[in-house]
Amino acid sequence: MDARIPKRELLLVGFGALFLIVIFPALNAADLVSNFTLNVWGKYLCYAILAISVDMLWGYTGLLSLGQALFFSLGGYMMGMYLMRMIGSLGQHKKAIPDFLVFLGWEQLPSFWVPFSSFVFAACMVVAIPALLATVFGYLAFRSRIKGVYFSILTQALTYGAALMFFRNDMLLGGNNGFTDFKFMLGADLRSGATQRALYIATAVVLLIVYLLCRWLTRTKFGLIQRAVRDSETRVLFSGYSAANYKLFVFVLCAVLAGIAGALYVPQVGIINPAEMQTDKSLEIIVWVAVGGRGTLLGPIVGAVVINALKSWATRAYPDLWLILLGGLFILVVLFMPKGIVGLPAQLRGIFAKRKSAEAEPETPEKVTVKP
Amino acid sequence: MLYRILVCIAFLLCPGVWAETPREIIAKASVLDDSEKQAKLVHLLADSGGEDVEKLLTLWKEGGIFLLDGPKETKIAVTLGADKDSEEKQAVFRFDTGAAVMDEAGKPLRALASDLNTAETDSLLRTAMKSVMDLAQLAAPDVKQRLRSVETLGMEQNPERLPVLLQRQQKETNSRVKRALREAIALTELKNEDHAKQIAACRELGAIGSIPSQDLLNQIAKEGTPDVQAAASAALKEIAAHVRTVDTVGTLFRGISAGSILLVVAIGLAITFGLMGVINMAHGEMIAIGAYTTYVVQCVFGPGLEVSPFGFHINLPGMNATGWHYDCYFVFAIPLSFLTAALAGLALERGIIRFLYSRPLESLLATWGVSLVLQQVFRLTFGANNVQVAAPSWLAGNWTVNDILFPWNRVFVVVFAIGIVIGVNLLLKKTPLGLLIRAVMQNRNMAACMGVRTERVNMLTFALGSGLAGLAGAFISQIGNVGPGLGQLYIVDSFMTVVVGGVGNLFGTVFSSLGIGMVDQGLQQILGNPVLGKILVLAGIILFLQWRPAGIFVSKSRSLES
Repeated sequence: MDARIPKRELLLVGFGALFLIVIFPALNAADLVSNFTLNVWGKYLCYAILAISVDMLWGYTGLLSLGQALFFSLGGYMMGMYLMRMIGSLGQHKKAIPDFLVFLGWEQLPSFWVPFSSFVFAACMVVAIPALLATVFGYLAFRSRIKGVYFSILTQALTYGAALMFFRNDMLLGGNNGFTDFKFMLGADLRSGATQRALYIATAVVLLIVYLLCRWLTRTKFGLIQRAVRDSETRVLFSGYSAANYKLFVFVLCAVLAGIAGALYVPQVGIINPAEMQTDKSLEIIVWVAVGGRGTLLGPIVGAVVINALKSWATRAYPDLWLILLGGLFILVVLFMPKGIVGLPAQLRGIFAKRKSAEAEPETPEKVTVKP
Repeated sequence: MLYRILVCIAFLLCPGVWAETPREIIAKASVLDDSEKQAKLVHLLADSGGEDVEKLLTLWKEGGIFLLDGPKETKIAVTLGADKDSEEKQAVFRFDTGAAVMDEAGKPLRALASDLNTAETDSLLRTAMKSVMDLAQLAAPDVKQRLRSVETLGMEQNPERLPVLLQRQQKETNSRVKRALREAIALTELKNEDHAKQIAACRELGAIGSIPSQDLLNQIAKEGTPDVQAAASAALKEIAAHVRTVDTVGTLFRGISAGSILLVVAIGLAITFGLMGVINMAHGEMIAIGAYTTYVVQCVFGPGLEVSPFGFHINLPGMNATGWHYDCYFVFAIPLSFLTAALAGLALERGIIRFLYSRPLESLLATWGVSLVLQQVFRLTFGANNVQVAAPSWLAGNWTVNDILFPWNRVFVVVFAIGIVIGVNLLLKKTPLGLLIRAVMQNRNMAACMGVRTERVNMLTFALGSGLAGLAGAFISQIGNVGPGLGQLYIVDSFMTVVVGGVGNLFGTVFSSLGIGMVDQGLQQILGNPVLGKILVLAGIILFLQWRPAGIFVSKSRSLES
């Protein structure tokens, strides 16, 4: 295994991390970057973590999961429950329990809500709940060798079913309004610039850690088998590896990563509702990865930031055309840029080299076209 | 016997009784002095039937018939024309013939309403009129009207109406009206003071399984004498059993129709996804194209349509058709929605999908992009809100059999689904094109070696699948809402159906759609909650695939990777 990091990548990642973790928040503290911009970037970085999790599944293991938005929102919901508890009696109804529960006629907190007053418990749940669901679903799916398209469709069904469930009021998780109006987190006021800055820095640090973790993982023997599963699962099986276990591990790991991203996302955006876990959200994440470049780790980060920045701009400038733009972009990337933005230089070099060699020596009639 | 025949002959020969029109009879009756004789004549009207009698009698009751002195101390019944002249005078018409009445000078007579004597009615006569009018309604030629009037009479529970109902029961021939009559008579008898009659009525209601009588029976089961109470509760039990049957059959039918809808939306996918292996996320939008085509055709038959997508202004003139001409729109919409969606599918295949046959997961992504674009195009063209597609009158309404409701549009979907399955199956198994399709789908390279133009077959197959989705859209437009998000509603369901059925097998899709539809409706009935039912169905599907990962029907293959 080649564990050394090439100099260029080290430089790029080091500079990027320095900028995102230190310089950008420092500029904000010095009032050179507005709180709004910082907040928006915090959101993008959460998306970048989510995109890495999708890429680990799709780009490296060949599992196109349409359920990542579900794990993302599950993490968000767990954090949201803690934040709802932290509102205390400052809600509209001035009761000790969240407003929507008052609205549903509850007097006391339902029992499963009680432990969420503790941040540590909530943080554990952010990891545990997505991991649990992913383990159960992944075990069932991989055991019966559901793969390829079937896996995508099943994860889509899972997400669809979960969204339907979260839309219901008797889940006691806020129904279709979800959670919002958060006030405090760990005693700090969520509306203050300093708290948001701290959250931003936390997100950027987590992103760096996730990047390094995934980079390390993909360079180990594990990563090699991971890619082998992607390229030919049957051969991996015949070589004596249990592909199902490898896939299950990646699936659970990525669910946890998505859950963490969701937990960081909710306090920064200030709302979580079942609309976040619909299937088209999952597909959107896949667009980020495809546009950025799948099978690389920088690609998803680039894709998530570029597409979301584009979205922020286009939904304001051309609200009617945004979806057409997104859809069109997607078609173009799939057809013409299979390696995404990150792979574009290499692709261009390839085309350029081919043309040059074609110019250098005249084409020999190699192919014989067979008419049907 | 002889006597009866004689009476009949006498009646037939008796002039001016059978041969007279309702107008003539009323004209004759209104000039009489003796109200008993009048009542007798009015009763004769009961047999003539129709709205006409009702209108005429109401006119009489409300003082619209006047008496004019005729020659030789006779009187003539007349009515007045609608238009009044400057002296408030109105034209006078004979009631029996409708001809204008002339004065001595031979000119049309005009008179003041206040100068004339109205034809009076007394209570005896009015009672006779009321029963005749009821009977006339009961004798209405339209079955639905007859049913309605029987039902209202039954709900009135007025013992005075009993003779009328009994009289009608003897003549009625339609079985549904007969049943309604039995019900109405029994309902009326419930009010009877005679316990034996009440018990008999309870039994009758129980035997019919009369759902509307439950409240009344409940009341009697509490208040009546012990034997009546017992009869009422026995009847209630019978009715409850009947309700259960109705519910079960109703659920079964709803299951079949839900399954048929699933089948109709999934069969196109069974071809594009199941046979070709293309994951067409834009399948839902193909359905929406069909639905919007139906909408456009409807608008062209009706008031026309103006749309302005992307700044282009398109104005489709309307034909402003009415009545059955307008209802015909659906007949045109069905083939057109197939064609439009097939063309869209053709363009999609030529433009995008043909580059992606070797990369199925990427066809998922590209077609999802197409689906986003199409949704937004619908939104910009037809607006973000749902558009109204009115069902043609021959699809509206219900078909009721023994209290079980079969909405016509659902029945139609079931029939249509059967038709589509047979049609597609014939196409695939009996035509040269079907043979080529199957060959290419089984082994593309080998088919190409044998000289099959696989590109063309791919194109046509995809167009066929998309066209079927368009057809589904035409039908969805009759059942659900038509909006830009229409396709998204059905995409998950249709993929599920195809996967559960077993990819590459049309009959698998048939079985799975019916199965999913039945289970879904059954769970809804049991749980009383559609969302929970749906979630359970999804969970059930995931578990089912544990047991049979490749669906109900597995297409056998020696290929390792497929």
